[in-house]
Amino acid sequence: MRILPSLYTRRRITNAVGLSISVLAMLFGLFWLCWILLTLLVHGLPSLTPAVFTQMTPPPGNAGGLLNAIAGSVLMTVFGILIGTPIGILAGTYLAEFGQRGWMAPVTRFINDVLLSAPSIVIGLFVYEVYVIRVKHFSGWAGAFALAILVIPVVIRTTENMLKLVPSTLREAAAALGAPQWKVINFITLRAARAGIITGVLLAVARISGETAPLLFTALNNQFWSKDLNQPMANLPVVIFQFAMSPYDDWQNLAWAGALLITASVLTLNIVARVLFRQSATTH
Amino acid sequence: MDIEVVVNPKIVIKDLNFYYGKFRALKDINLSIAEKMVTAFIGPSGCGKSTLLRTFNRMYQLYPKQKATGEIMLDGANILDSKQDLNMLRAKIGMVFQKPTPFPMSIYDNIAFGVKLYENLSRHDMEVRVEWALRKAALWTEVKDKLKQSGTGLSGGQQQRLCIARAIAVKPEILLLDEPTSALDPISTAHIEKLVDELKEDFTIVIVTHNMQQAARISDYTAYMYMGDLIELGETSNVFTNPKRKETEDYITGRFG
Repeated sequence: MRILPSLYTRRRITNAVGLSISVLAMLFGLFWLCWILLTLLVHGLPSLTPAVFTQMTPPPGNAGGLLNAIAGSVLMTVFGILIGTPIGILAGTYLAEFGQRGWMAPVTRFINDVLLSAPSIVIGLFVYEVYVIRVKHFSGWAGAFALAILVIPVVIRTTENMLKLVPSTLREAAAALGAPQWKVINFITLRAARAGIITGVLLAVARISGETAPLLFTALNNQFWSKDLNQPMANLPVVIFQFAMSPYDDWQNLAWAGALLITASVLTLNIVARVLFRQSATTH
Repeated sequence: MDIEVVVNPKIVIKDLNFYYGKFRALKDINLSIAEKMVTAFIGPSGCGKSTLLRTFNRMYQLYPKQKATGEIMLDGANILDSKQDLNMLRAKIGMVFQKPTPFPMSIYDNIAFGVKLYENLSRHDMEVRVEWALRKAALWTEVKDKLKQSGTGLSGGQQQRLCIARAIAVKPEILLLDEPTSALDPISTAHIEKLVDELKEDFTIVIVTHNMQQAARISDYTAYMYMGDLIELGETSNVFTNPKRKETEDYITGRFG
């Protein structure tokens, strides 16, 4: 074998250069991420006292917590998921299992992609116009609807992708036994894609946990403890928005604590989703 | 075409043509499948043997651009007729695929799934049926203590035998095997070949294989196909020792393919 030394050296230099650029780019991205997390920890951790979880949002200058905001966020997230997930899974199943013929599937997919990238403030304005103005008050339900509209495209997309990953031979095996299509889908295909679909739902939860804009026009905010979804409802993102922009130290500290809380829960959800998916991938 | 007329035909195919979109994959196929015998389809890759097999249970109907014309007569009725109840047809015809496809459920449920579709068995009768199917598939002794475990946890050879057990549990009349051992090691392959030999007492079997020696070992009739045409169909011993067509002889002696 004849090796040309200059060609080989040139290749090695190119390799080293390319590798260095990639590593530098990665470090650049990681740097900002770490700085953000560090800032959150430095400002938020001292303010993360037990009081945050036990007391309501205070008027400026008083001590308090974020309990009503946390509760409100949890409530609206739960209802947003409860409304959006079934719709998303059913539509995603239609796209994956029945969408080979006809025009409905490609059109649905296109509209879904548009909805997926729609700015969340537009969604908030939409619910404001269609619902809040009609009933003439802000409410937790309106907030939950807005979040549901954000959940639906995410769940549709992941459900369809996960179902498409199920090998067609599995469907054929069930069909070969004489199973009608709905049984094939219910008992075989959806079951096989179960872990992936749950991961999709978890990611949707992570997505809507931090959304502020849609809640601004729908749930607004509430200084006090309220379990009535028909009234304006406190929520973490809007509270952070309000408190961070204020001139009061107490409020600003609480805002940092809230921001840290949201980031920590979204991070945990993402990790859980990843672990769950990887576990199921190795057992199949 | 040298097509032997088979003595006790279970399936009779007349002028079958198959299309993938505009591409004609099967050209004017005429043949018959003998009852309670093993018929093997052999031929080089892409000759249409799997396509032909999959017309028997109309598996192609899961995909929009595939269609078949002609007649496939089973017990006097044309399978390809659109008035045929597809699911009832598929309950009479079992299929095992090249890659083992255990359902994502327990071993017991895998077998019970097909049976529950068309029969209403009591708990006890179902257990009896599951044990019968697993014994017939030579899998019972290996799994009888772990029936509740997931079917996906078995080895490749065991999974394939599970699929066979699943197919025979519903007591079909015909068993279609699409290269069932090509993904398995030689020992599992030997198990399954022995199985096929026993199963033909109860079922009509059609097997697609790209392994000529396997066809010679286990089949009673062999059909040689090439590029969508059925070249020759005859008793296995005749086809392999005294083929009537030169194309068959070329393939069997390894001159191509």
